[in-house]
Amino acid sequence: MNIIVCAKQVIDVSEMKVDPNTKKPILQGVPQKISDIDKNALEEAIKIKEKQGGKITVLTIGPDNAKERIKELLAMGADEGVLVTTPEKYDYYVISNLLASAIKKIGEYDIILCGEASIDMFSGQAGPRLAGLLDIPQITYAQNLVVDKDKVTADRNMGDSAVTTESSFPVLITVTKEINEPRLPSLMQILGAANKPINEITADLLIDGLNPKVEMLELKGVSMERKNIVYKDDIDESISKLVDSLAKEGVLR
Amino acid sequence: MVLVYSDDKKITFELLNKGREVAKELGEKLISVIIGKADEKLSQEYISFGADNVFIAETDIDKFKAEEFANYLENIIKDTKSETIIIGSNKNGKELASRLAGRLDVGCIIDCTNIYLKDKKLTSERIVYSGNAISVEQFNSKPAIVTVPSKVFDPLPKDDKRKGDIIKKKFDVKKSASKILKVQEMKSEGVNVEDAEIIVSCGRGFKKKEDIKMVKDLADAIKGKTVGCSRPIAADLKWLSEDHWIGLSGHKVKPKLYIAAGISGQIQHIAGMRDSGIIVAINKDPEALIFKSADYGIVGDLYEILPKLTSAVKEKIG
Repeated sequence: MNIIVCAKQVIDVSEMKVDPNTKKPILQGVPQKISDIDKNALEEAIKIKEKQGGKITVLTIGPDNAKERIKELLAMGADEGVLVTTPEKYDYYVISNLLASAIKKIGEYDIILCGEASIDMFSGQAGPRLAGLLDIPQITYAQNLVVDKDKVTADRNMGDSAVTTESSFPVLITVTKEINEPRLPSLMQILGAANKPINEITADLLIDGLNPKVEMLELKGVSMERKNIVYKDDIDESISKLVDSLAKEGVLR
Repeated sequence: MVLVYSDDKKITFELLNKGREVAKELGEKLISVIIGKADEKLSQEYISFGADNVFIAETDIDKFKAEEFANYLENIIKDTKSETIIIGSNKNGKELASRLAGRLDVGCIIDCTNIYLKDKKLTSERIVYSGNAISVEQFNSKPAIVTVPSKVFDPLPKDDKRKGDIIKKKFDVKKSASKILKVQEMKSEGVNVEDAEIIVSCGRGFKKKEDIKMVKDLADAIKGKTVGCSRPIAADLKWLSEDHWIGLSGHKVKPKLYIAAGISGQIQHIAGMRDSGIIVAINKDPEALIFKSADYGIVGDLYEILPKLTSAVKEKIG
């Protein structure tokens, strides 16, 4: 079974600082990591491989330093990495076309696994968009997967309903955080990952002349203007002050 | 033309208002799409809420599959020569819009919290980096696909006198290789946090499921009656059903009063409640992030505070 896992390198949003004056996020110098839910996708791929055999290729579009992150994925259990170096300007149109071209280069596949969304942008667009581009079935928000030789059955969390979907191969599946707990590689696995191949391809060699259809005009800060009145002393006194304040605000009826 | 589609009619009503504004500015017609049975009553409702026309793609398919629904929309877009497509951002809508964008190979923006025309180009705002920034993005090509969550726009007042055409058409679309085996309604406690005016929420600070009663008691006392929670309570511990879950992947709420008890204030949670009127935080950790997003806070043990606060509230409002 050939499995491709799409993984994105993102900034660690929990480490991100906000400029106190402009309220804009400071993106420089924030540590990078593989988006959490993409690790769940890889973990699921490893579980499938353990049962069905096969090969796992991780595919990343990112800067040159994403190679280090791919090594972590190889240590977890992926067999091979492909890094497409990010073009200067990109949007989901560019990214999904690069993913599709890279996948054609990788060759035959049965399952493409993605996280439901990346933790930085949280669009959830890349997976189903790629499935549309490749014209293959898509199974989104999977919380449980059962993979047989020729089909996969998924339990999906659709908010107000739970849907069980079955599909033959090839299929693209996006998973949620709840599907599993990604493993931590052992020291041996980390050392072993150094021998696994990472193929680097530059975006313009893959497809030339892709221009974004959506442009970011501005990244605005979010002002979270709150009163920030915190009562820390005697609990009874704090409660009475709070109740008085809420009554004055007119939210107690 | 400007197309509006959601499988949730409440979201459709909201989108029709904004869609109308955009269509007017572009000098185009606003079309509301139905994929399914020819529902005349629903069509008339869409017209009453602002649609110029309703386009029904008639089909017997009653279960949502993004692959097939995207094929229908692809046909409708071509048939109506539409260049602005506004889709409701529920889970079905997001995967549908994304797939459609892949099929048509066009621009798409998910979860817009505002859309407008700037220099005649469709422009949107959406929240990124877990609620820490707003990304302003603009389409430089057409067709343009956006998705908008519920409660972002208000619907127009319903006007039953409005008239419009209902267009019915059948398309022969490719069936998907996937099969839906089972659809099960999620265990729901009939809670609608998105409509609640007062919400009391609980998080990891609670030691066991039974203790959530303290939150219910407080909610009852403030006559809010609505209990919310952060991700761990609904998704991991499953102490409450997911309709209580407030956050980036849960529900987005904007009550007049939001009380967060034992919630640390992870940005994902803040993203779901940041638009609330007054925010109150109760946490034993004075450094907890939640206090930065709160109007009022009490530092202390929620097991002591909640029952006392409940009595104090009862005393105050009788």
